[in-house]
Parts: sequence; structure tokens; C-alpha cells
Amino acid sequence: MKKRILPLILLVTSLISSCGSGGGGEEKKTDTGTEIKSELPSSIQEGKGVGGITDVELSDEPDAAMVAEGQAIYDMKCASCHKLTDQRVVGPGFQGVTNRRKPEWIMNMITNTDVMLDKDPEAQKLLEECLTRMPNQNVKEKDARDILEFLRRNDLDKTGEKDGAI
Amino acid sequence: MRTRKVNMIISLVTIMGGMALVVACGQRNATTVIEGDAAEQVYIAPGEYDEFYAFLSGGFSGQITVYGLPSGRLLREVPVFSQYPENGYGYSEESKPMFNTSYGFVPWDDSHHIELSQQNGEFDGRWLFVNGNNTPRIARVDLSTFETVEILEIPDVAGLHCAPFITENSEYLVSGTRFSIPIPQKDVPIDTYKENFKGLINYVSLDQDHGTMELAFQIEMPGFNYDLARNGKAVSHGWSFLTTYNSEQAHSLLEVNASQKDKDLMAIINWKKAEEYVAAGKFTERPTSYYHNLMDESTGIAHSQEMKMTRILKPEDCPEMVYFIPVPKSPHGCDVDPSGEYIVGNGKLSADMSVYSFSKIMKAIEEKNFDGEIEGIPVINYDAGLHGILQKPGLGPLHTEFDEGGNAYTTFFISSEVVKWNVDNLEILDREATFYSPGHLVIPGGETRKPEGKYLVAMNKITKDRYLPTGPELAHSAQLFDISGDKMKLLLDFPTKGEPHYAQAIRADKVKPNSKKFYNIEENAHPYATLGESKTKVVREGDEVHVYMTAMRSHLAPDNIEGFKVGDKVFFHVTNLEQDWDVPHGFAIQGATNAELLVMPGQTKTLLWEPKKVGVYAFYCTDFCSALHQEMSGYARVSAKGADVPLKWGLNETLRENQEQAEKFYEQLENKSK
Repeated sequence: MKKRILPLILLVTSLISSCGSGGGGEEKKTDTGTEIKSELPSSIQEGKGVGGITDVELSDEPDAAMVAEGQAIYDMKCASCHKLTDQRVVGPGFQGVTNRRKPEWIMNMITNTDVMLDKDPEAQKLLEECLTRMPNQNVKEKDARDILEFLRRNDLDKTGEKDGAI
Repeated sequence: MRTRKVNMIISLVTIMGGMALVVACGQRNATTVIEGDAAEQVYIAPGEYDEFYAFLSGGFSGQITVYGLPSGRLLREVPVFSQYPENGYGYSEESKPMFNTSYGFVPWDDSHHIELSQQNGEFDGRWLFVNGNNTPRIARVDLSTFETVEILEIPDVAGLHCAPFITENSEYLVSGTRFSIPIPQKDVPIDTYKENFKGLINYVSLDQDHGTMELAFQIEMPGFNYDLARNGKAVSHGWSFLTTYNSEQAHSLLEVNASQKDKDLMAIINWKKAEEYVAAGKFTERPTSYYHNLMDESTGIAHSQEMKMTRILKPEDCPEMVYFIPVPKSPHGCDVDPSGEYIVGNGKLSADMSVYSFSKIMKAIEEKNFDGEIEGIPVINYDAGLHGILQKPGLGPLHTEFDEGGNAYTTFFISSEVVKWNVDNLEILDREATFYSPGHLVIPGGETRKPEGKYLVAMNKITKDRYLPTGPELAHSAQLFDISGDKMKLLLDFPTKGEPHYAQAIRADKVKPNSKKFYNIEENAHPYATLGESKTKVVREGDEVHVYMTAMRSHLAPDNIEGFKVGDKVFFHVTNLEQDWDVPHGFAIQGATNAELLVMPGQTKTLLWEPKKVGVYAFYCTDFCSALHQEMSGYARVSAKGADVPLKWGLNETLRENQEQAEKFYEQLENKSK
């Protein structure tokens, strides 16, 4: 059921964004959602979002040192809005995020926030739910990777499962 | 203020007689025909940027304003010498020390002259300096943040009008006292002026990496009024030129008594020589008191230091350091052309303007072509130093700036116009009316070795009928001229804040790339910074309570606090956790008797709140930050003095009492779903 709704949402959100983008020449007005979807960058179609992160390599066991680094950055820059449970505060709770999103999507969302909110249909869907634009918190790529590791650890601890979206 | 201006006009017109009528005739039309494409020339389409930043002093507002040129759009007001409740400058605990002086806390001043830092005689876009006239001070604004980061008081002077003029590699800022006074201050009859009053010329050195100011030395001069100055450049680098009026040494009704002599003087100082005398120990140390207030970059906290000694050089002990040359009738501006060879003395009560030649002055000094001396200072023969006289250019010449083509532009206060003339052959080329009575004028780079003579802004002292009336008080007006052609062309009128005296304009690409977007939170070393919501807490130390608070779209943490008592001194230390451009958060609380805070992303700022009455008081974010900005608020509960309500705080939780509990709270929250 969920998967059938998705193309419709994609159609609606991409129409909205094409209105706002000032008419980039690449988009064609067509009647079918599938053709519009095919206009999206391939990384978005693959669920990796858009940005500088195209391929993340993961070790099976979360790296403890990276988890600790990631937690420190999370505490300073993320915790105001994202709790480690499934409770939504300003933004969604982080529990299970690595089972819902590919690691590239997570890191692109952290490091390329404004572009993700403008282009990625999943990010836009979250914006419609939360109604507060996620701020660009100026997180460097290495730090985003540490945060990812921390989120994998959190998922493993909370749900017994991680990396479920790969 | 107005009365003084009117008096001045009346007396000057009387002095000048019919000539004023002749020159003024036909120029004072209130409306001007603007040529067809003027609007296009100043129109900056939405989303596009102006070509130049213009920094205007705010005069009696104590601040500076930033305009874009050619649009004339106000981009920002930067608080400098006056408290600014709009963002808490001068009210926050971090910025209060900026106003410390030897007279105590002085939250106002009269800002006059903008000077941008230079390298090789060109603006480098790093810092801006501006003087406080009333309590003699010089401030430094960092152009990466547009924030005032340093204020240095200048001791033993009165009215620091003649300031802060920069040398071509930002070695020094030179300044001079407007009013001479007894030094050190003492209780003497005013009519002992001639015997007891002295004037100081001050050299402030600049640290080349950080811009930090230090009072290097002061030169003790005869008790005249030192009005304006410029430093030499290129050929004349190493020298300063300062106009003086009141060489009559009057102390009452100066309007008449300081205008008696046919000629006043320009002081000419060899500051490289002065440096040598300082290095050789030729100074005397004099006990004094002045304050140096400096903002620490890593904490954002200003610290004050009282300085207690100054180094004085006396011309009689230091030969070949100081000279005078006569200038006709109460000179005002003193301007050096881009080549450094010509120095324009704007004698404000004279019908002619004297233009001096640096090489002739040097020759006269070499040949000792002096007409006596004043208090041991040789007076150079007027004709020996003169390049020539610009005859009858207008009435009341005040200030001159230059373009890159050898032309000068002078404002005439009385005849209300700007006159363009050739510096070399002293030929008048063009004149345009201004509305009305211009003081300073500015051309981008117009006082440097590299002017960019595209625009000229005249800053008019009197506005009268230019805008819709707003009661007795009108905004001053600035007028933008296109000076790229042979003839000047009026393009635009725009209102200004306070009373702009001098301004400087710089190409935008020298400032814009360095403009900071936010403060890096990893570098926040404020002792009360809260680097993450889990570190928020409230700590009582006797009657002082410190709230470690964070702000993030769209909540403050903690947002419920209980256990404040009437009579407490509550310090709200608010850290903005955002790391995004243009997302300040504000903080205001009912009953605060100071101001609000605006906290830039990554910064920590502190507001002192002293609750006087029992109750529950709301606090909130003042800067619209998100769709849920109206929800960004909280409550502070104030109990009676001596009540046993414990100190508790929280955000969306059962209120906790101490930091250990706070840490547990976050652990529990995480474990809840397990």
C-alpha cells in the first residue's frame, strides 16, 4: 500500500518544486508520474539523496571511536531537535533511521541540507510533516560520517537492527 | 544645533557681503531636473548587489550606518558608541565593558570620521575606525562581522574631532584635540587660557595582524583648536598635516574672536622623526588615566584595562619634528591628493583656497625659509610652500576628495554646491548645487592613492523641503552624483541616520568575500557557553543565578524554570546552537530593565534580569526564526525572598533539580523505548 502511494507523492512534490525552481529547462510537462520521476537525479531515485556523498562503506560492527565522536557532535548540533527515540520533537526521532534511509541519504541530508530540502522528495515529505526547515548545521563530511556511525549504534541498541535500508 | 548653523550662515554672509548673493543666485532651486536615465543608473534589481559599500558616521547617534551604492539602500546600522537595545549592544554583560572610560560608563558619543584600513595607500577591507568626539575615543569595527570590537580612549584631550586619520599602511591613526585644556586637568580661571591650556596630537599604532590599537605617543602643541587632518601618501608618506583654527587662543564667543586673524595654521608633522625620538627615549612619561576596551574573539567578551601612563614628545626637545604653515581664515578640511604632492587647505571663511606643494614645503624646510616660530615651532613662509590659489571657487569650502584623473571635488557649505577643479592647473571645471549645505563628501577611495571616481556622495546638513515633512526634525540628506563624465550629474537623494559627518566607500568585492556567516560553535570559548541541549542547567551561587540556556528553532532550553527569588541577580547565558546564516535568536523577559539580546549563530550572550515581584514571567525569542517562532517561549517562576521553592528546570519533562538529574533525564529518555 505504502509503495503505491509513493509515486503520487513524488508527482505532487516534484510539481511543487518545479513551480518554485523558476522553470529549469530540463523538466518536461507530462501526464504520467513515472516520466517525471525519471527526470530526478539517479542518486535520488536510488534513495541516496543528492549531494557529495555517493558511496559509503560500512563495517559490520559500528566503530566505537567514531560512535563517541558522533555522539559529541550530535549532542552539540542535533540533539535540540532530534531525540534518540522515535519521538518527534522539532524533527523526527532518530530511532530506526538507518533502517529507513540509506547511509548516503543520511549523510547528504546532514551535509547538503538546503539542496536536499529543495530537491529530494523524501526530505520534502519530512518538511511537510515537521514544518520547520532543517538548518544547515555546518557539519563537515567526516563529522557526518561519525554521526552516521552513532546512529547505527543507536539503532542496534534500540531495535536490535541497523542498516536495514541498504 | 540649527541655531548655531543659522548664526554661522548669517555671520558668514555678513562677512562676505554681496559676493554671497552673487554666487548663490540661480543655484538654489529646490527641484532639479534629473536626466532621463538617472533612475536606471541607481536601480539595483531584486536579488542583485550594489557595487560599493558606503560607511557613514552617525554623528550624534554615535553609530555608523552602511549603505549600498549606487542604490542608496540602508543595509545596516552598526552600533559603536551608543547603547543599542535592538540587539543588546552595551546592555549585554559581554558588551558593557566597551563603554568604560576614565569618566565611568559612557553609553553615548558623537561619531564623526570613518577611516578604513589601508595597505600601500589602498583600502584593504579589514577594519573600520571611527572617532567619538565628546568622550575622546576611537573605535575599531571588524569588517568580517560588522561588529565593534575595540574602543580606545585618548587621554588629556577635549573633543576628539580631529580623528582618526590613517597612514597609508595602517601604521598609525593620527588625531588632535579640538579644544585645548589644562594638562593635566586642574582648577584654574578660564581666562588663564594662554598660560595654562595646551593641545595634544596623538598617534595610535595598529597591530598589523589584528588591528589592535595602542597609544604610541602624544605631541604637546600650543593651545589652539586642532580640526582635521590627513596623512601623507606616496611621496609625502611619513608626514601628517593638521589644520588648526583659533590661533587667536580665544576662549569665549569663538564665532567672532577665533576669526580675527587673516591666517591660521596647518601643523606639519614628521611622524617618522617622532618615532625616532620615541625610540631614542626623548619622551617624558606623564601619569594619566584612559581605558582600553577589547573584545576577545574566542569568547565574545569585552575586557577593559585602565592605562596609567602616556608618552609625551615636546617640539622644543625634538627639532625637525613639527612645523607650521599659515592657512587663510579658520581652515576646516585638510586633504591630500592621490599623488601625495598636493595638500588642500579648506579655509572655511576665505573666498580663496590654498593648495600647498609637498615638495615646496620640503624645500622651504631645507632652506629654513621660516617666518619666525610659535612656541619653538618654525613657521614656514606661506608663499614658499604654496602650489597655488584656487580663486573664488565658492563660499565656505569645507572638504575635498579626489578622482583618479587629477581632479578635486570640494564642498561649499554656504553656497551649497560641489565644485570640481583641476588640482594641477587650479582651473574650475564644473559646479553642481546640493540640497542643502553639504559638509563632507565621499568618493570611493577618494582619499587614497587609488580613487575610483565613479560616484560622489555629498552629505547635506540641511534637508528642508527634500522629503515629506516629519515634524520639526528631518532626516539629513545625502546626494549621489555620477562623476564619470566631464560634468557631474545628480542621480539620487536618500535620507541618512543621525548626522553623517565623513563617510568612506569601498568596492564591495573587498569586503563581501570575507563576511562571516556565523560563529563556529566549535570555537566558542565563552565560559558560560552551553554546547548542546543536554548541557543546559541552572546554577545558584548565593543571590546570583546562572541559567545555561540554548536556542534552536523553535525552542529555548530549559523553558520552564522555578526557584528564582525576588532580589536575585539572574544571568541568562543564551547560546545559539544554529550554524546557519541569518538565523539569530532573540531573548527577552518581562521585567528586564535593560534590553533584549540578539544572539548570532554559534554565539553566547548574557542578559542580567533582576526580578522585583513575585509571579510567573514569560520569556521569548524576539527574532522571527521559523514557522513555530511564536511557540519559542518559556516561563520563569519568581518566589518571595526566603521562600523554600527549590531551583528546578526542564524542557518538556518533570522539572529537575541538579545537573546529575539532568544527565539521568537524557539517559532515561533514550532507554524509554527499549
